[in-house]
Amino acid sequence: MNIRRLFLIAVPYLWLGALFLVPFIIVLKISLSDAAISIPPYTPTLDFSGGWEALKQFFSKLDIENYVFLTEDDLYWKAYASSLKIAIISTLATLVVGFPIAYGMARASDEWRPTLMMLVILPFWTSFLIRVYAWIGILSTEGFLNQFLMWIGVINEPLSIMNTELAVYIGIVYTYLPFMVLPIYSTLEKMDASLLEAAEDLGCTRTSSFWLVTIPLSRPGMIAGCFLVFIPALGEFVIPSLLGGSQTLMIGKVLWEEFFNNRDWPVASSVAVILLLLLVIPIILFQRNEEKNKELEL
Amino acid sequence: MAQQKSETVFAPWDDPDQKPIIQFKSVTKRFGSFTAIDNIDLDIFEREFFALLGPSGCGKTTLMRMLAGFETPTEGTILLEGKDIAKVPPNKRAVNMMFQSYALFPHLTVYDNIAFGLKRSDMPKSEIAGRVEEMLTLVKLNKFAARKPHQISGGQRQRVALARSLAKAPKLLLLDEPLGALDKKLRQETQFELMDIQEKTGTTFVIVTHDQEEAMTVASRVAVMDEGKLVQVATPAQIYETPNSVYVADFIGEVKIIEGTATPLGDDRYEIQWAEGQPAIRAACSTPLTAGSRVFYAIRPEKVAITAERPKDAANAVKGRILDIAYLGNISTYHVELPDGQSIKAQTANNRRLARRSFTWEDTVWLSWTDTAGVVLTS
Repeated sequence: MNIRRLFLIAVPYLWLGALFLVPFIIVLKISLSDAAISIPPYTPTLDFSGGWEALKQFFSKLDIENYVFLTEDDLYWKAYASSLKIAIISTLATLVVGFPIAYGMARASDEWRPTLMMLVILPFWTSFLIRVYAWIGILSTEGFLNQFLMWIGVINEPLSIMNTELAVYIGIVYTYLPFMVLPIYSTLEKMDASLLEAAEDLGCTRTSSFWLVTIPLSRPGMIAGCFLVFIPALGEFVIPSLLGGSQTLMIGKVLWEEFFNNRDWPVASSVAVILLLLLVIPIILFQRNEEKNKELEL
Repeated sequence: MAQQKSETVFAPWDDPDQKPIIQFKSVTKRFGSFTAIDNIDLDIFEREFFALLGPSGCGKTTLMRMLAGFETPTEGTILLEGKDIAKVPPNKRAVNMMFQSYALFPHLTVYDNIAFGLKRSDMPKSEIAGRVEEMLTLVKLNKFAARKPHQISGGQRQRVALARSLAKAPKLLLLDEPLGALDKKLRQETQFELMDIQEKTGTTFVIVTHDQEEAMTVASRVAVMDEGKLVQVATPAQIYETPNSVYVADFIGEVKIIEGTATPLGDDRYEIQWAEGQPAIRAACSTPLTAGSRVFYAIRPEKVAITAERPKDAANAVKGRILDIAYLGNISTYHVELPDGQSIKAQTANNRRLARRSFTWEDTVWLSWTDTAGVVLTS
């Protein structure tokens, strides 16, 4: 192998090593440490000046105590389970909301498509945090939604949506909708319109050709969209902490509280490591799906 | 050739007792202000292999899509076995279509593609497998039943599309440029396969094509279309030998159109004055022409003989100089320039080896043809 090729391959590996692997090893190391009232707030710390003996001592002090602790306190189990539930439900909700949008975009006339695409991407131009704050203004007891519903006379008492799981679902669906719409749109847009005519010609009604042709052909897009929503939703922190109130239990929030309220870095790190391991599974499945689609296109 | 055989035994369009399976009755189709189909009357008979031929944009695809049910006529009616089909949606018509892009379902295997229509019909489940096998055998694809469309070749995909559209045994099969995506050699093979399959299944085929050779090869009758109108509907032989207009003569095969004025000689014979200093062309024409009327004389290269000396008993003979020779292997076309600058083509079969060919560039030659070789056209 010549030097040029080595260099080309080295760049992405160095990038990954410096920005992913090294931080991960640090987090892993902290998760094996013990909490301490010091700076940094854990022991042992790595000290090369002590030589070989000190290094041996350093490694002997590392243990999996924190991971054992995670299994003992049911808060963590519940937080993982609740995150999983919220991520799954909000992913499905995003799919239900996103598919018709993508379908409408793919069916729209050519001159409308760029505009519709723009409208889907437009929210990204504003800060994510500001957009989530805006939802507080919409969903709170005195918010726009309640005022509007009371004004048209649908309800007499304001609905309490803020600080419930429902608010978290709304927040996640809103935030991640473009990640669902775009992959589905790209599969639907590629679809040959004559396939639907062929299905009709062979005896399908409009509805059955939708279920037998459109849905199966857009499945790769749906799967990709679901992963793109599910993976970040599982570890979501901002949305549950701003919209979900104190009752909503999500692992991202637990992680934050362990770090900043409890200042227990080792436990927080072990929560993070477990979360990462949980996410590896859907990420691998996502990659598989992508590879399979690429093969199909060849 | 198959077409000559069928010509002698199969000509329902000449039999007044035959009822057509398809009837277009003054059908017009407009898209906004654009008239795609302009007041067409057309009868297609059972077991026919009917070709719609024309340049792109002539309305042939629209005509076919109206048969399939994807478009409805703006005016007029289309009858299938005597019944108006305007209100029948595509999925309820006993008509199937083979799409230009084949439109095979990429997520289904070859087997499931062929079974797709059968599963939507009221055919009992137990019979579907048998029917699919039968179709696979018909198009010789049994070995590929489990493959997906992207795992087979273009020619095989074309056959899957054919099998799928034939599986429901439609009364009428529509083929939209079915061979357009195949290379020339495969296309010619497939043309004969198509004719074979059409004869075996006895289905009425309507094929849309812009390839005149393809239409001539496969069809029992050809409809030549131009700008939403049917210009001529006739057998391939009639279309070629007796075109009814300059447009048809020019569209089908190679032809030289000579403009001139006709002088009757009596007995359906005419003399056509066409160029200063050239002898008048003698031609036969069954439609009566008045003296001095403007006519077009169409002569095909293979009807023109090329000789070194003036032939003694030829009805028409002109002298010229060989400008160019197009050697096509089996035949050669000579471009012969006449003294007035016009050029006429003559074709000869190369039944001798190249080295012993009689003529070469710049030779002075005589072109001759009989009085019935060309066609006199008035439009």
